[in-house]
Amino acid sequence: MQHILVIAEHAHGVLKPATGSAAAFARKVCAETGGAFDLLVLGADVHPVAVAATRYGAAQVLVADSPALAEPLADRYAHLVAEIARTREATLVVAAASTFSKDLLPRVAGLLDAGMVSDVIGVQTEGGALLFRRPMFAGNIVATVRLSGAVKVATVRGAAFAPGPTQEDPSALTVVPVNPDALPSLSTFIGREEKAASRPDPTEARIVVSGGRAIRSSEDFERLVGGLADALGGAVGSSRALVDAGITPNSLQIGQTGKVVAPDLYLAVGISGAIQHLAGMKDTKVIAAINKDGDAPIFEVADYGLVADIYEAVPEMIAKLKS
Amino acid sequence: MKILVPLKRVPDPDTRIRLQPDGAGIETDGVKFAVNPFDAIALEEALRMRESQPGLEIVVVTLGGEEAIEQLRTGLAMGADRAVLIRTSPSLDSLAVAKVLAACFRRELPDAVFMGKQAIDDDSNQAGQMLAGLLGIGQATFVSGLEIAAGARRARCRRETDAGIEIIEVGLPAVFTTDLRLNEPRYVSLPGIMKARKKPIEEVTLADLGTEAVSRTTVVRLELPPRRKAGQRVRTVDELISKLRLEAKVI
Repeated sequence: MQHILVIAEHAHGVLKPATGSAAAFARKVCAETGGAFDLLVLGADVHPVAVAATRYGAAQVLVADSPALAEPLADRYAHLVAEIARTREATLVVAAASTFSKDLLPRVAGLLDAGMVSDVIGVQTEGGALLFRRPMFAGNIVATVRLSGAVKVATVRGAAFAPGPTQEDPSALTVVPVNPDALPSLSTFIGREEKAASRPDPTEARIVVSGGRAIRSSEDFERLVGGLADALGGAVGSSRALVDAGITPNSLQIGQTGKVVAPDLYLAVGISGAIQHLAGMKDTKVIAAINKDGDAPIFEVADYGLVADIYEAVPEMIAKLKS
Repeated sequence: MKILVPLKRVPDPDTRIRLQPDGAGIETDGVKFAVNPFDAIALEEALRMRESQPGLEIVVVTLGGEEAIEQLRTGLAMGADRAVLIRTSPSLDSLAVAKVLAACFRRELPDAVFMGKQAIDDDSNQAGQMLAGLLGIGQATFVSGLEIAAGARRARCRRETDAGIEIIEVGLPAVFTTDLRLNEPRYVSLPGIMKARKKPIEEVTLADLGTEAVSRTTVVRLELPPRRKAGQRVRTVDELISKLRLEAKVI
């Protein structure tokens, strides 16, 4: 029997869709082992987010609302999450895998002396024990692991657990008191340079158009990859080669050390398909690739491959999609 | 000022990873090992900081057996001042590693720990944050810009997050985990290798550190992921659009 604490993630007053995936994971575990899960919303002025969070089937939505939590500083957040996990005797603390949770949850695990598993893509029970499946070595190996100890911590891949329909019956809302003076203040938030949000987040988009080495400049990237993404209503992504070349910003990098996406369509434009890149997109439903080199490894995983010069094929494709 | 830089021995990133026939582990025969690339970035950052702050001491540390000395030698050849090998069994989880590093921290009392945001073998991205949590000190993860002025007790960091670049200040001592874009690590030079031969490598046991290493993670099995089948080639843009619309129904 599990008592799961799911940490919600939100931005600009809106719950992130991946929180639904973390809740879906918790529902799946509870269905197998018995038990229930609570959803914890931390932040400042987060009542609307907490209300939205009541539609995911949690026993309770816990709200820790304080100006001291306006920014997700790991030292404060981890202190509070660990304290709530202890008080409520959580057996499993979970969040969707993201830079937010990867900053926070290992610290929580350290505070709770808990074993942790990152990027979970599957869960099952075997002889009463929870077994987690997760990728290693840039997705070249899938490990099945077991954690020991009274409390465990996990981040789960959004793409592996579909959020499912929202629930009619709302969860109960419980306010968790926050004493700002009791929170550690080892770090201070200074500012954030948010990227222009004219296009959807690649981790949340249904279609991702991604560019690789064949693209020669930022202008070309915007015209070809950006143009194609706009014609399809999708997000843009990039291979590491373009980030290294200074053509695209880091925040667009898809791969082992960047973002992991699993959209309905991943359209790879001039991407050769190194294993580190494939690690970030190979769970996509449909992969299409355009590349001049017919031997590029991307064609070994692509459902549809077009051997062509992207500088000719992509403008043609944009024009035809628009007409 | 003293900076502790943990280096993990991992299969070279360009190595093709193969499973042992029984699935119990990774085939290591004939595999080339290297310093985890993110840890090399961490060491490079410490070396650059020393260029502007003479007297700064850089200590590289690793956990494992005799074989891990190779990675310490690389760290010394890059420019670290001295090295510590903590003798442990090779397969520890991140929590066990963090506990051992915490014991090492208490012995060395550095002002900062620089380490990679993740190791490219298990891709866990946990040890640095766990270490900071265990020690009750500050942390900055996914660092792509770092300033610590000489004598300062605070660091200003740029962090790569999903929402863009975040800027935070962290009091020292603290753990900093490095992202890809922080710097480009130098290559090891021949004079560096020669100099490294004279630098000390200290070997300590867990008992010396007054700690133990108990993993909470058990690997039950390892498998290859299901392979995607190669699909079909299309000849024209028109055909591609039509397949995506009518056959795959994704646009």
